[in-house]
Amino acid sequence: MDTYYHPKDLAHFPDIGRDAPELWSKFMAWYTAVFAEGALSEREKALIALAVAHTVQCPYCIDAYSTACLEKGADLEQMTEALHVAAAIRGGSSLVHGVQMRTHVHKLSM
Amino acid sequence: MPETSPTLLKRSHPLASADSQRQVLDQIVTPSFAEAVAGAGYRPLKARSIEVLQINLGKRCNQTCRHCHVDAGPDRPEVMSEEVLEACLNFLAARDIPTVDITGGAPELHPGFRVLVERARALGRQVIDRCNLTITRLPNYAYLPEFLARHHVEVVASLPAYGIKQTDLQRGGGVFSESILALQHFNELGYGVEGTGLVLNLVTNPVGAFLPGNQVSLEREWKRELKRRHGIVFNKLYTITNMPISRFLEFLETSQNLESYMERLIQAFNPQAVAGLMCRSTLSVGWDGKLYDCDFNQMLDMALPQHMLDIQLGELEERVIQTGAHCFGCTAGAGSSCGGVTTG
Ligand code: SF4
Ligand code: SF4
Repeated sequence: MDTYYHPKDLAHFPDIGRDAPELWSKFMAWYTAVFAEGALSEREKALIALAVAHTVQCPYCIDAYSTACLEKGADLEQMTEALHVAAAIRGGSSLVHGVQMRTHVHKLSM
Repeated sequence: MPETSPTLLKRSHPLASADSQRQVLDQIVTPSFAEAVAGAGYRPLKARSIEVLQINLGKRCNQTCRHCHVDAGPDRPEVMSEEVLEACLNFLAARDIPTVDITGGAPELHPGFRVLVERARALGRQVIDRCNLTITRLPNYAYLPEFLARHHVEVVASLPAYGIKQTDLQRGGGVFSESILALQHFNELGYGVEGTGLVLNLVTNPVGAFLPGNQVSLEREWKRELKRRHGIVFNKLYTITNMPISRFLEFLETSQNLESYMERLIQAFNPQAVAGLMCRSTLSVGWDGKLYDCDFNQMLDMALPQHMLDIQLGELEERVIQTGAHCFGCTAGAGSSCGGVTTG
């Protein structure tokens, strides 16, 4: 079946650097630094990445960071809670725009 | 007590034979490990000394963990004979090998376990017991913690996670709570407590087809969580990569993870992990006296030409190590051995 997303494409991610090696190496250096242990642990960062992956709906990132979370010692419970945090922010951010809707409606209404 | 399930052997599963395990691994197209290692400057890979004599007392165990590379369990009959045990002790007495690492199955089930510990300690060797913890909760083995403490045996205990779910999933229902009680008892005796000299190290294997995390940061977290949740202290945490052998190989096959797992291991090949490979400083003895480069080669039946009963002194150091695709498990990421990572 033809599809836009192929799981095996993730391994070809570095191909993106082929025609822009300098930009790629800058991205990689920054990316690696972002995920290194710092004020947040590697596990916490992987959980954040997993949550964000769900909000940007990137299947590659979901696979990669599900594995990363397990490798960094997170379990399914923690991963599911992280997902709920992302979903709650998504839901909440939609709802909070309701204020804009209400303001607009009030402005137009008699 | 832990729930157990039948071993591969009991189920007459094809993977019960080392031959068929090797065939399965050979069918997957992998780069040659010997070549990968040669690229890191080791052509061929050789032992550098024997610092650890690892004695596998047999395949009997009170658990049947799903990742077990030994296919150990209550239904396995293989145990080391007195003759081979005696030969191990004679070998030890004649050689300057500082550490004796006792493994199995559950090595404590062997009737000669106590004698082995006592005599190896009398020879002044450091003794490690690879303990599955729950064994100490069985009525006939409740003496073990005090016995091990009396002889200053280092306890290396396996626990895949500090939570119940993952532990019971990998090692069998009921294992977690029994393991926690066992650890608390070891602590009461001074094990893992600073200043006592009684060493309690924990080993964690991933519960599935992924690599272990960073040993340093996991240790920090484990220490905090085991203390907070159960008041438990310990010395070090070792992270060990699951080897594509025996029951873990069965899991990889049935879950259709085999190819991607091997890919992951190969992709994570770390040349810096080669120098510290445990086979370079270990000699492993099987229950039947056959000799191997490591416990994994033992399970794949990759024996050395020598045998414990007719061993010639001096011929094992600097031997060429026999390798295969499974060896990528030891060089992935930070490297993996019975003593945790092999780098840093
Ligand atoms: S992993 Fe250890 S405790 Fe579990 S079945 Fe194998 S030998 Fe026994
Ligand atoms: S599996 Fe054994 S022989 Fe192969 S690298 Fe690991 S320790 Fe060495």
